[in-house]
Amino acid sequence: MLKRLLNNFRWGVLPVPGRVIAVVFFAFVFVFPLISDDRYILLVLIFTNIFVIFAVSWDVLSGYTGLVNFGHALFFGVGAYGSALLYKYLGWQPWLTIPLGAVAATLIGVITCWPALKLRGPYLSLLTLSFPLMLYGVVYALPSITGGPYGIWGIPLISESRVVEYYVVLIVMTVSVLIMWKLTDAGSRYIRTGLIFHAIREDEIAARATGINTINYKLLAFAIGGFFAGIAGGLYAHVQMIAAPECLTMTMSFQVIIWVIFGGIVSIYGPVAGVYTLFPLVEFLRGVIGKYNYLILAVLVILVLLFMPQGIAVWIRDKLERECPRCKLTNAAWRKECRACSASLH
Amino acid sequence: MVELAIVQTLVNGSVYALLALGLSLIFGVGRLINMAHTAFFVVAAYILYYFTRQLGWGAIPSIAITVVGTAILGALCYHFLINRVRQHQQAVLLITVALAMAFQELLYIGFGSFYLSVDPLIPGTMVILGVIVPRQYLLVIAAVAAVLIILWLLLSRTKLGISIRTVANDPEIANVLGVNVPRTLLTTMSIATGLAAVAAVLVAPIWILYPPMWMHALTIILVIVVLGGLGSIKGSIIGAFIIALVEQVVLISGISTHLVTTFVLLAMVVVLVVRPGGLFGIVLEEERL
Repeated sequence: MLKRLLNNFRWGVLPVPGRVIAVVFFAFVFVFPLISDDRYILLVLIFTNIFVIFAVSWDVLSGYTGLVNFGHALFFGVGAYGSALLYKYLGWQPWLTIPLGAVAATLIGVITCWPALKLRGPYLSLLTLSFPLMLYGVVYALPSITGGPYGIWGIPLISESRVVEYYVVLIVMTVSVLIMWKLTDAGSRYIRTGLIFHAIREDEIAARATGINTINYKLLAFAIGGFFAGIAGGLYAHVQMIAAPECLTMTMSFQVIIWVIFGGIVSIYGPVAGVYTLFPLVEFLRGVIGKYNYLILAVLVILVLLFMPQGIAVWIRDKLERECPRCKLTNAAWRKECRACSASLH
Repeated sequence: MVELAIVQTLVNGSVYALLALGLSLIFGVGRLINMAHTAFFVVAAYILYYFTRQLGWGAIPSIAITVVGTAILGALCYHFLINRVRQHQQAVLLITVALAMAFQELLYIGFGSFYLSVDPLIPGTMVILGVIVPRQYLLVIAAVAAVLIILWLLLSRTKLGISIRTVANDPEIANVLGVNVPRTLLTTMSIATGLAAVAAVLVAPIWILYPPMWMHALTIILVIVVLGGLGSIKGSIIGAFIIALVEQVVLISGISTHLVTTFVLLAMVVVLVVRPGGLFGIVLEEERL
């Protein structure tokens, strides 16, 4: 078992620069509290990890299946409010309320998917855009239950210690991203969902003609996206100790799209890279130059779209790696011959 | 109460129609969803504020500069930003959202986060059917009607209008027939932003200006355009009045004012569930499910 793992690492990871970067990155974030236990930096990283779950769930739902969701904040907000309401009325603890909030978000995802199944393209996007805004109005209209503009505050932290909180969020993030990565892996021999999501995006009619029940898989995509976004929302509420209506705004919905497309859509590592670049950068700019941070963010997004429209992570990956033309194995870009079949890479 | 609601419906409906028309036009011709459309509207309102309030210019030259300047700004943004990523629909969405955010932040830096207002073009009020109506409201309705007629004449009678409609139908065939497609798109974009500027000039005196107002306006405009059918000009105009009516009905029925947007969006969802292409949507062959 261990030997196989080591062999995998030696032959599967080390020769491919992208995978080495991923492994080094995860090793780094896992030992980060040993390097610095500054409470502010840890808090920024906790939020970064929460938004990584959120962004990857959008990528699974919208990037892979092509059902471009403009209202992903709906699931985030339902997760946050669901978790907070369960605490407020039943007094349950975070480890129970966060998964239940996520289940509520899944149910909402399936229900909202119902009218969305008929629609395509921009109509679908604009329909989904409307749902979080509708809920936003309802939250304001029922202040006795939801706290109106002030939100539900005073919900407990996941843990008193910032480091424990960091590790809980980091582990949840790693597990969620792993699950979503496996579910969308088009090359998998055991799980077909990844391949089918790609098929639905590329040509839904052809996918249906090959006997795939596309409606079930669209529902599944909404359920997966809703569940993980709900988890992110629940964690966010418990870290902030408040479930506020800001979770449901249009800014939240657009922010997740900006992160994903900045990093690289239809790739799990893209959103991770996007959030890890943009979110700490914006926080850092807020500290250094104050009010210009969003302007710089907007200009940065425009520049990335103009010069690397496939996303920054994919752009870097294309610079570092090259696919062998004969056996389709990934090689480092500086190799002259393929590492398996020694075909020329030029 | 009811009479006032009718007046409000007419005024808001005509402004919404003007704004939705621009968005619908650029979608119909270029298949581009311009999320920055209402940001151009807000920018135009602030240009007008700058010239009338801060420089103290007269109304007519300020309005001319606002409309022409915004149209040129729209053309520049299209040429240097949107045109480069036109092939990727998601990139267009994102770049226009980023553009809108950039405009908002620039307005924050330039004007601060205060609520601003502009003097009405024709001050005073008059009484119609027992309702006190500001004269600016009548100007809005008349001006919108005039602009719609001019636009209709432009699209149906002039050579430019014919080329715009050809590109909307099929860009490849239009290209074969000798229409300069990129230039037509550029012209359409500046017409669309020009319409947004006209809307801004008309409502700047009756709405309160603040930089993030583009978001709420964008929601309403998107709802209207989707409800009427993307790319349909008739649909946008009718949708605008439907949405303005829904807003007023919710307001006078005494339900919580926070639910106005909720009901507006609900109206859109109902229409989309019944008719997936909107009321008068155009469905192209390759886009059909």
